Amino acid sequence: MEKGLNEKRYLKLSGLEPLVITPESNFINVGERTNVAGSRKFLRLINEDNFEAALSVARHQVDGGAQIIDVNMDDGLIDGKAAMVKFLNLVMAEPDIARVPVMIDSSKWEIIEAGLQVVQGKCVVNSISLKEGETEFIRQAALIKRYGAAVIVMAFDEKGQADTFERRIEIAKRSYDVLVDIVKFPAEDIIFDLNIFPVATGMDEHRKNAVDFIEATRWVRTHLPHCSVSGGVSNVSFSFRGNDTVREAMHSVFLYHAIQAGMNLGIVNPAMLEVYDSIPKDLLERVEDVMLDRREDATERLLDFAETVKQTSKERTADLSWRENPLQERITHALVKGIDEFIVNDVEEARTGVAAPIEVIEGHLMIGMNVVGDLFGSGKMFLPQVVKSARVMKKAVAYLLPFIEAEKDGKAQSNGKILMATVKGDVHDIGKNIVGVVLACNNYEIIDLGVMVPPEKIIAEAKKHAVDIIGLSGLITPSLDEMVFLAQEMQRQDFKVPLLIGGATTSKAHTAVKIDPQYREAVVHVNDASRAVTIVGDLLQKEHSKGFKDRLKVEYADFRERFLSRQSEKTYLSLEQARSNRLQLDWKDPKIKEPKHLGIEVIEDFDLEHLVPYIDWTPFFRSWDLHGKYPEILTDAVVGTQASELYDDAKKMLQKIITEKKVQAKAVFGLFKANSVQHDDIEVTSPSEPLTEKIYFRTLRQQSKKAEGRPNIALADFIAPLETGVQDYIGCFCVTTGFGTDELANDYLAKLDDYNAIMVKALSDRLAEAFAEYLHKHVRTNYWGYATNEQLSNEELISEQYTGIRPAPGYPACPDHLEKQTIWELLQVKERIGVTLTESLAMWPAASVSGYYFGHPEARYFGVGKIKEDQVADFAERKKIDYEVAEKWLKTNIAD
Amino acid sequence: MKEILKAMKERILILDGAMGTMLQRYNFSEADFRGERFKEYHLSVKGNNDLLSLTQPEAIAEVHRKYFEAGADIVETNTFSGTTIAMADYEMQDLVYELNFESAKIAKQVAQEFSEREPHKPRFVAGAMGPTNKTASMSPNVNDPGYRAISFEALAVAYKQQAAALIDGGADLLLVETVFDTLNAKAALFAIDELKEERQLDIPVMVSGTITDASGRTLSGQTAEAFLISISHIPLLSVGFNCALGAKQLAPHLEAISRNTTLAVSAYPNAGLPNAFGAYDESAEQMASQIREYLDKKLINIIGGCCGTTPEHIKAIAQLASQYQPRPFTVSNHSTVNI
Repeated sequence: MEKGLNEKRYLKLSGLEPLVITPESNFINVGERTNVAGSRKFLRLINEDNFEAALSVARHQVDGGAQIIDVNMDDGLIDGKAAMVKFLNLVMAEPDIARVPVMIDSSKWEIIEAGLQVVQGKCVVNSISLKEGETEFIRQAALIKRYGAAVIVMAFDEKGQADTFERRIEIAKRSYDVLVDIVKFPAEDIIFDLNIFPVATGMDEHRKNAVDFIEATRWVRTHLPHCSVSGGVSNVSFSFRGNDTVREAMHSVFLYHAIQAGMNLGIVNPAMLEVYDSIPKDLLERVEDVMLDRREDATERLLDFAETVKQTSKERTADLSWRENPLQERITHALVKGIDEFIVNDVEEARTGVAAPIEVIEGHLMIGMNVVGDLFGSGKMFLPQVVKSARVMKKAVAYLLPFIEAEKDGKAQSNGKILMATVKGDVHDIGKNIVGVVLACNNYEIIDLGVMVPPEKIIAEAKKHAVDIIGLSGLITPSLDEMVFLAQEMQRQDFKVPLLIGGATTSKAHTAVKIDPQYREAVVHVNDASRAVTIVGDLLQKEHSKGFKDRLKVEYADFRERFLSRQSEKTYLSLEQARSNRLQLDWKDPKIKEPKHLGIEVIEDFDLEHLVPYIDWTPFFRSWDLHGKYPEILTDAVVGTQASELYDDAKKMLQKIITEKKVQAKAVFGLFKANSVQHDDIEVTSPSEPLTEKIYFRTLRQQSKKAEGRPNIALADFIAPLETGVQDYIGCFCVTTGFGTDELANDYLAKLDDYNAIMVKALSDRLAEAFAEYLHKHVRTNYWGYATNEQLSNEELISEQYTGIRPAPGYPACPDHLEKQTIWELLQVKERIGVTLTESLAMWPAASVSGYYFGHPEARYFGVGKIKEDQVADFAERKKIDYEVAEKWLKTNIAD
Repeated sequence: MKEILKAMKERILILDGAMGTMLQRYNFSEADFRGERFKEYHLSVKGNNDLLSLTQPEAIAEVHRKYFEAGADIVETNTFSGTTIAMADYEMQDLVYELNFESAKIAKQVAQEFSEREPHKPRFVAGAMGPTNKTASMSPNVNDPGYRAISFEALAVAYKQQAAALIDGGADLLLVETVFDTLNAKAALFAIDELKEERQLDIPVMVSGTITDASGRTLSGQTAEAFLISISHIPLLSVGFNCALGAKQLAPHLEAISRNTTLAVSAYPNAGLPNAFGAYDESAEQMASQIREYLDKKLINIIGGCCGTTPEHIKAIAQLASQYQPRPFTVSNHSTVNI
């Protein structure tokens, strides 16, 4: 019995069943598939809110032998805390999953804590570190202890991530001492993650990555009693992604040595593991050479071997038959294969064949590099090979430079300056360095600020060097927020240069949804090194860059819209809460200008000629399925010819419409005294007969829960509340250029000319929009007169850079179409210009636009978004209509 | 702390038996439950046994007295449902502090009487902290397995209030008991650990889980050993099981934890399994003979009774236990740190 008193200090975990890790235990395998950062499938399932299927991923892992499941919800686009809680709650209800312990994996403390609060068993927290200093480390460790979990400690401190043997043991020792001596954390509940980094990357400083990890593991297990050592094994073979044979062998070899040194648990995909003993001898030797850094040329040899494993062809001996091929093919071959032996000869031959030496870079070499980019992008080339390609490229460029300089009067011209940085708080830079190398040898000047670069430094350096592009990199999730912040800063400081986003956790979705909207210039997600060359080229090419950037903006906006429309489960406020979070404008300094003319005006038969400069052509092309911004679209590489032809036809048709007066332009508009009342209503005083009573616009208020400090807006917020005693004003309008359109279109249809029939309608729509734009300007500068000094180009008009807004019922700021009826009533639209409302409240003729005018300088466009039933009920009551009627009209805006 | 450890090193400590079973003998009516103070209360309070500490304090004191007379070293306060969560049924959340405080005070007074009379055998009061009527890791709704009726934080807040009141009222130790959902217990332990840090006090804590049926698992699905691992992060005086099973059925599970911990082990089983009428009818002698097996195998340090047990049972158990040496044990030593 007495021996029971010397309780062994083993790492003990629990799900529904115990997991006790003793020196006799085999390697403990942590399942990695329930990790959004590690599994695309799992990420997709969580994104799609398909928790049912996500659970089966967990079940599959446990069935497959995972003894712990790692759960990670760190993704910039997921509400990580909610997803973690929801998933773990569901796991707890599945005894066949919940029997194993959970590893709660997040870089955000709040997610870890939320996870700890829903699991009854003893979990593992993954992870904490000294990165933010001792105070935070102690605080988190003490809480973890109080919640009753073991902890993974990353070898990371204030100075950064440990990447040598010495740094690993230094940080491990310090962490251990703090935990054991200060926090009184049970030593057996400490697990060190000593950072597994890739080997065989082609870079000398990575050669000892595996050896250092293994030796550090040995040291930790010897010198820090009772603790464990863990790690994510697949990292080690990262440079051979795509070649499973080599990767599996690398994992086995690594584990074989690491386990002997004392690594006792870790994240390994069992499907990606070869049995150590069944690795072919020649492969084993080469892999061990790399892992243990046994030879200078270990990486080269493994690469060569990987090639044979991949192609299973025997043409390995120096086959020079490719030298017989035409010049371009030889250059491409040299770049793809990374052979620099003949490149100078080939480049010289190319140079003699072109007008200017720069054309060799832009032509021959770029063609080759694009092939490299494609192969790398599709996983058919590996990192080290790309670095080799870059080397060949560099050699070629170096040879050409003197010729280029001679031509430009001795002045070397780079293709552009690119600033690159890994953002604050992040230390991963392999990808960034590769991109830097590849870009540099494409004759871009790279200003590499390194890792953990604070935003203010990025901004300052970018200004100092007048860079052409800023590239941000990051691998860990919090970096995403840093990138968003930088985009905001660039916007605030009025930067004009494109922003490139790259790194493993970044995604097109995150870039589109979170970063792109923060910055008015181009933001591009670049997910691999070679592709970066093409994108940077397009961004910096003088002739096409504008079009390219505009297309990017459109592309990202579309992507964002599609993405967001798939999102669900927003949090909503009650109407009352939303109202108390209304937009508060300063009505003591109301900035309200009394209109020069109150009342209603009608414009009959307006001269269409005046509208032509106001036409926004971009949507016109879009309606023909040609995407891109006008006028750049006319010279676009892909659709330019088509767009130009179409534009010529359109101008001809426009001329015909104008000179032959084929359509009529009419408008009615009015300006009225108004105040907001009852939170969301706008009370309008109509000055004219036959309407003498006050009438009311009922606006809708945003109800989704906003970020701290962001108001829940309704249009009524832009109008002074009655109780302020401030007299405010509102306008509304209806314009049409649709009378005559159908007739003209029908004429063409009769002649079987669909092309021109569609053309007429598309142009009428554009004219109506142009008329609305024209009229709004007229009202701002003249009729209301609050912007008498306004001088804006049409482009600025289109991008809505004026003061005041003209939101239209049925559009995001006032999605309720019913208010059109109120406008019709107030302006007597039907009676005055003949535009009517269909039973679905569409305007007829179609080429018509109606809306409100808000003149307050703070007035801006926004989307009401989804609203809840309480607002629908309130809206129905205010409008004195049945709930069902209100519900019908607001259907698409009611949150499920 | 020192006093109870000293006693535990010397002998197997005896915990009291059921409070509810004893109170049934009084046949209290609705009016008795209400007393003068809650005469006009808007809900029926009959069955709210915790309330009797305020309205029938003499009866509560008398039950404690009978158990001490029978040989108990420790009595449990009459606070099984003394949290805002459990009291919500009676809309008596506001009374929670007072209920716990008074219950502890009553028990402490009786304990002091006995300690003074028999200084060689000090008596202790365990502040009883029940499981509440909600579960933090199970959904009450079969169609919505991800739903939770209570959060960890809400539990921790409620438990912290209860623990504070019990300590203020004079409890010598805290007993987190009848744990059928380990997450509830972890919330209680979290709260106690916080309280200990805030007040810089070192009050012993006992944890007692409940194995609900022959599967050998808690209601929330954990095996005995998994349960043990899940609650071992806070310094504990003892860990063990109570309720749901009789002494016989509990034996294998006690063995399971006894084998896997060096902490002191407690047990207070029911008086057998309920009969066809839902009553417990295992006699004192029958129960004691089952418990002899625990003692022979040196499984326990603290022994008492749960549902259906009476002073007669405790007397029989105490007499038996006095013939045995306690099981060797250690005291867990991870102390708390300021957060």
